[in-house]
Amino acid sequence: MAEVITLEYTVPGDDFTRAGEASADMKSRLKKLGLPADVVRRAAIALYEGEINLAIHAHGGCICVTVSEGVIKMVLADKGPGIENIALAMSEGYSTAPDEVRSLGFGAGMGLPNMKKYSDVFDIESTVGVGTTIQMEVNIS
Amino acid sequence: MKIKEIAEILQATPVTPNVDFEREVHTACGSDMMSDVLAYVKNQSVLITGLNNPQVVRTADMMDMVCIVFVRGKKPDEQILTLAQERHIAVFTSELTMFTACGKLYEQGLRGGESHG
Repeated sequence: MAEVITLEYTVPGDDFTRAGEASADMKSRLKKLGLPADVVRRAAIALYEGEINLAIHAHGGCICVTVSEGVIKMVLADKGPGIENIALAMSEGYSTAPDEVRSLGFGAGMGLPNMKKYSDVFDIESTVGVGTTIQMEVNIS
Repeated sequence: MKIKEIAEILQATPVTPNVDFEREVHTACGSDMMSDVLAYVKNQSVLITGLNNPQVVRTADMMDMVCIVFVRGKKPDEQILTLAQERHIAVFTSELTMFTACGKLYEQGLRGGESHG
């Protein structure tokens, strides 16, 4: 596969029921490309966790996925409140999600750790009051 | 174990059409916390949950699961069922509690399978 495929999504904020649509669409498209099932699954889970975070914490945001020779790159960008302490946010079990989100089955403090776990490259930049950008790569091999 | 056996053991009612009752499943997980399903589960085919929202189907879809059983008599709405149909996931409802449902399936040989530590 020499050509680069680009997918772009806008994730609405505060509409929790729609969170996951982008990840599901990406997953279908990656499957159709004939990529290995475990690669597709890892990319889909990582993106899904990110998409949930965009909906829960950031009032929405945008996702850009590029699939090229050997790698799936996913960039999630938002103009949300930003993360004050990234190291703390990356630790398993730490969450600032309200009880309402927990009652929906999320907010256990596993989102960012999961994204890191399922991706081969994980990079997060965040500025309080400005927003957060996360870049993930999943190797196709 | 076949999906029809799961339905029998849990006295569960199918709520999506065209369920492949003969489909073999080997492992299952039970959780109301989708974050934990995404974090710890690996290669499980059946999700047993008391959580009732569309993210249950999204999570199962991401994990390539083929069957969801809503316990404690939870009744998924049309949006959830439509989503499940689109993703070819069979959905059942059971009046049993989570503990009893998991225990009955385990007793009959279904296992938790591998998980991420």
